[in-house]
Amino acid sequence: MASTDNRRLDLVLAAAAGALLLLPWYRYRYGFFGFGWIGDLPGAERAWPGLAQALAGRWQIWPVLALLAAALILRLMRPAGAERGRALAAIGLAGLGWLAVEGLAIGLRGWNWELLAALFGEVPGQQAFGAGAVIAGLAFALLAAFGWAEKGVLKGDAFVLAAITLLVLLVAVFVFYPLAAMFAGAFQDFDGSFTAEGVRRNIADPKIWSLACLWGGSCGIAWRTFFLALSTAAGSTFLGLVFALVATRTGFRFKKSLRLLTVLPIITPPFVVGLALTMLLGRSGSLTQLIEAATGWELGRWLYGLTGIWIAQLLSFTPISFLVLIGVVEGISPSMEEASQTLRSDRWRTFRKVTLPLMAPGLANAFLIGFIESMADFGNPLVLGGSGGVLSTEIFFAVVGAQNDPARAAVLAAILLAFTLSAFLAQRLWLSGRNFATVTGKGDGGRAARLPRRVAWPISAIAAGWAGFTLLVYAMILFGGFVKVWGLDHSLTLEHYIRAFGISWQDGLRWTGVAWDSFWTTMQIALAAAPLTAAVGLLTAWLIVRQRFRFRGAFEFALMMSFAIPGTVIGISYVMAFNLPPLQMTGSALILIACFVFRNMPVGVRGGVAAMAQLDGSLDEASLTLGAGSGRTLRRVILPLMRPAILAALVYSFVRAITSISAVIFLVSAKYNMATAYIVGLVENGEYGIAIAYSSVLILVMISVIGGFQLLVGERRLRRRETPAAATLPLAKEATS
Amino acid sequence: MSQTRGAVEFRNVAKSFGAFTAIPDLSLKIAPGELVTLLGPSGCGKTTTLRMLAGLESPSAGKILIGGREVTRLPADRRDVSMVFQSYALFPHMTVAQNVAYGLEAGGLKPAEARERAEAALSLVGLSGLGPRLPAELSGGQQQRVAVARALVLEPQVLLLDEPLSNLDARLRRRVRSEIRELQQRLGFTAVYVTHDQEEALAVSDRIVVMKEGRVAQMGSPRELYDAPASAFIADFIGEANVVEGRILAVENGTAEVELGGQRLPLPSRGLTPGRVRLSLRANAARLCAEGAGMAGTVASSAYLGDHVEYEIDGPLGRIFVVDDGGGTVLPPGAAVGLELRPRGLALIPEGAA
Repeated sequence: MASTDNRRLDLVLAAAAGALLLLPWYRYRYGFFGFGWIGDLPGAERAWPGLAQALAGRWQIWPVLALLAAALILRLMRPAGAERGRALAAIGLAGLGWLAVEGLAIGLRGWNWELLAALFGEVPGQQAFGAGAVIAGLAFALLAAFGWAEKGVLKGDAFVLAAITLLVLLVAVFVFYPLAAMFAGAFQDFDGSFTAEGVRRNIADPKIWSLACLWGGSCGIAWRTFFLALSTAAGSTFLGLVFALVATRTGFRFKKSLRLLTVLPIITPPFVVGLALTMLLGRSGSLTQLIEAATGWELGRWLYGLTGIWIAQLLSFTPISFLVLIGVVEGISPSMEEASQTLRSDRWRTFRKVTLPLMAPGLANAFLIGFIESMADFGNPLVLGGSGGVLSTEIFFAVVGAQNDPARAAVLAAILLAFTLSAFLAQRLWLSGRNFATVTGKGDGGRAARLPRRVAWPISAIAAGWAGFTLLVYAMILFGGFVKVWGLDHSLTLEHYIRAFGISWQDGLRWTGVAWDSFWTTMQIALAAAPLTAAVGLLTAWLIVRQRFRFRGAFEFALMMSFAIPGTVIGISYVMAFNLPPLQMTGSALILIACFVFRNMPVGVRGGVAAMAQLDGSLDEASLTLGAGSGRTLRRVILPLMRPAILAALVYSFVRAITSISAVIFLVSAKYNMATAYIVGLVENGEYGIAIAYSSVLILVMISVIGGFQLLVGERRLRRRETPAAATLPLAKEATS
Repeated sequence: MSQTRGAVEFRNVAKSFGAFTAIPDLSLKIAPGELVTLLGPSGCGKTTTLRMLAGLESPSAGKILIGGREVTRLPADRRDVSMVFQSYALFPHMTVAQNVAYGLEAGGLKPAEARERAEAALSLVGLSGLGPRLPAELSGGQQQRVAVARALVLEPQVLLLDEPLSNLDARLRRRVRSEIRELQQRLGFTAVYVTHDQEEALAVSDRIVVMKEGRVAQMGSPRELYDAPASAFIADFIGEANVVEGRILAVENGTAEVELGGQRLPLPSRGLTPGRVRLSLRANAARLCAEGAGMAGTVASSAYLGDHVEYEIDGPLGRIFVVDDGGGTVLPPGAAVGLELRPRGLALIPEGAA
């Protein structure tokens, strides 16, 4: 055992030494992976490794060297054991702590805070951390983990400890540090000095908090957003319930196709619904024109504003609510209803007294999900908001528009975050323990009761109507791309597709269409992010389900909470955190990938948790007692059994990376532009034709990805019936738990 | 080292889960080559004890030694033990042969060699030729044997079995348990066996450790536990005894003269002195005879079970449970009977003697 303990320490120390001796300590401006720094190496200071920087007088690196040297001495002089473990863990934590402190304290132009300058005198500024510093940081984290393993924490399982330490570090850097930076940003002036002026000005702004609409004026933006979210949540919950009941409790003939509805929100970029609505009901929309021609009324711009956003959000989120509620409705054991019927209650009384109360927690859950989704929605308000936006769009315009007021953006983001987090906490704390899930695992005979007739008819009518409207909207999207100028010239054309996706043969293949650039970037980044998201998510799921460590509850809670952070808030916080040292990533592909990984990770976690819960824990234990370590167990036993869940996580994170807009729009750069951001740009310029054409292509791409996935998994199921893991797209879990 | 191979020792081991103390203080020694059963009602800490030995739980205090070496802080994969799980935990995506070879390959054996040894292990448990199948294609009894083969092929110092028979039907259970015992005797490995079924424990064990609320209630050979229970709990748990009250009249040369329900019987005194005493009375210790003979009693209920009849009988000892294999008629409730006591099947209980 001592040899394993030493071997992994040797690896970490070697990596740290390599980082200090060879790799540039600071961020290399022309791109680390361009390897230009190798040519720069002897002469230019910017490419020097940590050791050289330290010798040249950067005293902030000396503690790093000292700590690593101490670790090396411990490795050579002391036997593996609890005592050495404690010392190594202390060294690791000290190293991480020091890197954080010096990185935050010393900026590009010296001390970041006047107070420090007054205390210690001036220091030369430093660039953001580069490859060398990052690897040194990782080495410190691993030293801490291996130290704990030698101490015997978690039965001395080094693999699990390393995984936990790295995950905590990553979540801290990519979720909590940006949020902290955002709040700090609210209190900073343009030059970085402390001021509460911006916060004071914004927090009391009547434009945010006014309640004047109650007596005929117009309300502040916070309340508008709040009321919109309430209406959307109520509406989508109602419609979702209607669809769920129709699909499970009536003789409705097209039940199967209803389920297809649930795929729509996954494949639709969020603003596309808004776009289609404009084409249908906007000023020159086809329905508008039809009605105006028939009645002679002037309909005007009623769509632009909260009403329009509300309709778009209902279209977007009803399928999500449907998905949640179908699980709830199916989860009600038929024997409950049968019991009620044998107790002298007719169907209507059973429905009122048994079925509905059993569904109540599920309904509340769907309501809160709708609330959070509506709050976080950015795409629809952007397209339909007109002059009066909501919080998420207002945050965007506070930084990109003429205002350029980061303090205002931070305050607005904090308000938005407060709303969504309260909803999330309500969902977590209040609803948990109130769940009447009646699925017992025993084979439950009995058949679900049909709905009483007086309920069945009206809800079937509503469901059919709404489904028809949804189809119409999606038909609009497909059709709109083939029309010359929407509302004016309805002659068919392929012009938009050619402009977007043209290819020509001059000296070989040439991608002449305007969309290709962002299309390929999107594909590359989504492809890079998907496996990382799946890996991080499933690893986390495994830790949460299978390992018992201290603070596991808090760890899980923090991860799930990051799901309630609206994309806009993530976007603005990433911009504020990663624009300056110690970690500078804006304008790179890396920041987009990081954003996707940590934004979509909770989905992977939930999918993984659900799949893992179906795997008997004694499988892991059997593998361990057969002499396989945790890493081998994960690789040989858990991963093969979870293949469907892994595929689902891969596909889902890929698709979400393509469709998301809210966070992305803050992070794209000229070099790395994403499809959604590009389409929004087209919409802003009024180029609806190309925007719609591009969107339909994206939707088709995603339909084929998801369809291929379903075929793959479906086939697998036929071949091996006992495949234990869940093979559905994890959206259901995302929404239900 | 070689003579301690397979020895197990728990030294003052404690385990708590949060505020709940599962095992307050456990010390236990198991000799090499012994098959020891941990027996007790559910929640008595027997499985926790086994899992601590496997390295799947770590003790809150104390030391665990295997083969004379301390392993308290060693993770499961670095301990020289292997385990047969209640659910068998066969990896469903691997064939039987891959399952058996899994541990060998983890230990660094070449695949070809591992396959060969796996095949040998499978033939040891009578499953040669089934290697290419998937676990789902085997019957419950076969799966169980694969689980045993997979654990044994590693030639561990100690084999751990966690209720290995509980997923089998009664008939199969009897056969498999004698197979396990036979394998253990033939190969001579140490085995620790957890069960809540006292009959199973009596059948397979060299020694039984009866646990209650995380403590060892009694430890000894099956015979010792049955014939000389240390407490009313043991008497009742091992072989379902009636606990009745009697009186020791005199003790001479380790034999006590005991008065029980009007009869006088000589019994081993077990260090007790004259006075009131509690006894364990096995169901077969009281023989039914004609009314008037022996102790008088009234049938409270009866159940006909084929080769024997079970009675509950009210009498001077209270209500006792009696088995009659006489093949006579089944007496209806209310019938008056006589009961004759035999020293065999009766034992004084030293615990809480007054």
